[in-house]
Amino acid sequence: MSKPKFAMYWAASCGGCEIAVLNIHEKILDVDAAFDVVFWPVAMDAKYKDVEAMQDGEITLCLFNGGMRNDENEHIAKLLRRKSKIMVAFGSCACEGCIPGLANFSSIQDMVDTAFTTITTDNPDNIRPVSSYAMPEGNITIPTLNPMLKTLDQVVDVDYYMPGCPPESHQITAVVDLVIAALNGKAELPAKGATIGAGNSTVCDECPRKRNVKTIKEFRRIQFTTTDPELCLLEQGIPCNGVATRSGCNARCPSAAAQCIGCYGPAEGVVDYGARLISAFASVIDSDSPEEIDKILDGLVDPAGQFYRFNLAGSLLRASKLAQKG
Amino acid sequence: MTEETKPFEPVIIGFTCNWCSYRAADLAGTARMKYAPNVRLIRLMCSGRLDPTFVFRAFAGGADAVLVSGCHPGDCHYSTQNYKALRRFLLMKRVLNQMGIESGRLKLLWASAAEGQIFANEITKFVEEVRLLGPLNWNTTGVNIPAEVAKEEVTA
Amino acid sequence: MQRITIDPITRLEGHGKIEIFLNEEGNVANTYFQIPELRGFERFCVGRPVEEMPLLTNRICGVCPEAHHMAAAKAVDAVYHVEVPPTGKKLRELLYMAFYATDHTTHFYALGGPDFIMGPDAPVAERNILGVIHKVGLEIGGKVIQMRKYGHTVVEIIGGRKVHPCTSIPGGLTKGITEEQRVEIEKMGRWAIEFAQFSLKAFNDIVLSNKTYLDLIVGDIYTHKTYYMGLVDANNKVNFYDGKVRVVGPDGKEYVKYEPKDYAANIAEHVEPWTYLKFPYLKNVGWKGFVDGPDSGVYMATPLSRLNTSDGMATPLAQAEYEKFYATLGGKPVHQRLAIHWARLIELLYAAEHWVELATDPEITSPNFHAIPTATPTEGVGIVEAPRGTLTHHYWTDERGVVTKVNLIVGTTNNYAPITMSIKKAADSLIKKGNVNEGLLNMVEMAFRAYDPCFGCATHSLPGQMPLEIIVRNPDGEPLEVLKQFCE
Repeated sequence: MSKPKFAMYWAASCGGCEIAVLNIHEKILDVDAAFDVVFWPVAMDAKYKDVEAMQDGEITLCLFNGGMRNDENEHIAKLLRRKSKIMVAFGSCACEGCIPGLANFSSIQDMVDTAFTTITTDNPDNIRPVSSYAMPEGNITIPTLNPMLKTLDQVVDVDYYMPGCPPESHQITAVVDLVIAALNGKAELPAKGATIGAGNSTVCDECPRKRNVKTIKEFRRIQFTTTDPELCLLEQGIPCNGVATRSGCNARCPSAAAQCIGCYGPAEGVVDYGARLISAFASVIDSDSPEEIDKILDGLVDPAGQFYRFNLAGSLLRASKLAQKG
Repeated sequence: MTEETKPFEPVIIGFTCNWCSYRAADLAGTARMKYAPNVRLIRLMCSGRLDPTFVFRAFAGGADAVLVSGCHPGDCHYSTQNYKALRRFLLMKRVLNQMGIESGRLKLLWASAAEGQIFANEITKFVEEVRLLGPLNWNTTGVNIPAEVAKEEVTA
Repeated sequence: MQRITIDPITRLEGHGKIEIFLNEEGNVANTYFQIPELRGFERFCVGRPVEEMPLLTNRICGVCPEAHHMAAAKAVDAVYHVEVPPTGKKLRELLYMAFYATDHTTHFYALGGPDFIMGPDAPVAERNILGVIHKVGLEIGGKVIQMRKYGHTVVEIIGGRKVHPCTSIPGGLTKGITEEQRVEIEKMGRWAIEFAQFSLKAFNDIVLSNKTYLDLIVGDIYTHKTYYMGLVDANNKVNFYDGKVRVVGPDGKEYVKYEPKDYAANIAEHVEPWTYLKFPYLKNVGWKGFVDGPDSGVYMATPLSRLNTSDGMATPLAQAEYEKFYATLGGKPVHQRLAIHWARLIELLYAAEHWVELATDPEITSPNFHAIPTATPTEGVGIVEAPRGTLTHHYWTDERGVVTKVNLIVGTTNNYAPITMSIKKAADSLIKKGNVNEGLLNMVEMAFRAYDPCFGCATHSLPGQMPLEIIVRNPDGEPLEVLKQFCE
């Protein structure tokens, strides 16, 4: 009997999710024993043609990471959706846009212009890349960029979400075990649409630091202060997003004396991550006077970036007005 | 009037608190004070109940502006919760600015239950200010965004 | 005109595509190597607090985030005009050495190694990590996993996380290490030295002792005489973390040595409209197209470049290997691209040795790992050697330290022109009169794989083949012949 088929693909991503999978170390042999890896461009030899030749639903499990930055990303997302039974939005890029989603603060034209006019760029004719170029020998093509970066579920139907930038390897191991058990009839997969490989609470729950009632008179930037290693970072005025960020990462960053930047995405039940953080941060400000509140808020030099760092493309507003102008 | 010359009518969502501002609106209504009809009121028990999510959803859903209204500082029915609304409002404004939503589209108004006329006047004023700003036309789908980059073809 | 499309390139971060055109005689007319993606870091980092740059730029690459993290850390230090205390610098460099050892290991064993250990003409089915394991020994897979585990453990201890470290801030680090952690790091480093020596011995026994392979390495097919770039310390020895950028010419003589802050006076990036990536070149030599030689500004930045551009390695075991390397290959500089694989192993040994040096440094557990910046932030450049080449980060900020402008020149980008040239030369040499055969498949792969194009990670249990499909079409575009390797 042939083994169920496994695929992993990267759209507009950085490769960190692939490394996270490899960091399950010996566990990768369990993946190899349980599945036939049929498509994983970073690591093995199948091509788009081979996926196209498959039957619909032939791939049992597809871990799809990376955001939808261009039309090739969308095309492959739709192709793999057709060919896969279970499609997992793997990692922050696929779930909510992640860091490349920050491009949604400005227009795509601006983004390309910036890249092609840097101080070291030698571009006297002010060239920009074009999607089809006729060489003397023939036409060669590159994908067209989307005006706004999109999440995977803004393009295809997604079965499960696995958050994190990247998902922690111990979580990946847990999910691998669960899926193998489910395939052997020994466990049930959760309901469609569930978030897997992560906790149900916030990073605060996993954070070892002591927490008291927070009364912030000043937001501090981490380089300007020596932090107390035992005390909650937000309580010390360091803008830590752990309060609204999903648990599952073991609070790696606060344990290393760095603020949580939110890479595990919204906590359970949060509709708009940035809005939730606005609420949380506003709640801890210790002032009732508009002038003093404004002064305290001046300590957050980039609030939209702070609150939507990984989540902009997946938020309610999705992109700034500039990005919507094209 | 033709379609082109009809003035833009802003759609505004107004979050009011049960004890003060909603009663001010009620008073304006029962006293038959005239004021612009553009604000759709949503009643919360307290302005401190305002989750910024409501505001973001309003803008994403097509509102041209949002009004947040509660009891005067010091008069909150639940003691100090309107200060929470104040802090959230101030932080939201900064974030919305970065998103390209102008300051003039989010307004905070304190109004007591007796201030029906003031409430009506403020609303009328707000509607005119938003009318001048124009429609927000928030576009989350990416449809109708012009000039996709690198779509151009260069032929031999 | 006949067209051969190789799509996608694999084992490259992101995506890439090669188009080879044949003329009427069936010989190669031209080759194009296109990069089809652009994410826009130089735009969307604008408006962010500059201390976030070591965190944001991590996400340029999840295989080598440590490289971006370090370049960004140094750039933000420069922006704030703050001097990092010695312990802070040493901890960062220690993390970096452990990362280097891991990264060079995975590239060699799963990508480059099979070509040599099995041979370019070995059956395709064996030319992968499994074949390597059977030939060299079953423990090798376990050793590779162990090396990756150790490396990532050190990254997590010092950097806070295994992927996308979080502890570098302007002025140093958010935390230090305990003596207990130091002991563990030292022990892993000593194991890494043994592993590096084992790897070099394997390379010697299997590759250098085999005349066929040696001929391949020193042969002309993969040779280009370009300029070479790398960071060197005050003694002109290879340094991955700090120093000045040194460039030597095709003749091996120093062409220029500059401080990181002067990079823009020395490097420019050429633009073509058919790809999203630009082609860096030496500004003062000039862009003459995809050609090598002293009159062309094309330069290479790889482990081989770093050896060519330096006067030696700063640690004794690696230095001995460096001397043997040049003695074997006929002196400096070495132009043969396949020698990059050997140079990479010498760097692996240096990284492991320096790992132990830093782990046994008396200051390494000091609590003085951060200096609070006091100057007004302005502008700063940070340069490190990423495993794949010289990495440059340049930030400008306003007086609050909010980013106003960014310029990045990333490791593999340096090599965009050389890789294109290597692919073309391999294709030129092999495709004659329209005869496309299996040899082409592997030889083209070997041409770009030597550079370890950005994504050098692979697995242990998968076939590890380069997926290659070559479609030869007639002038009307109809397929005449399809050659496949490891695809259905």
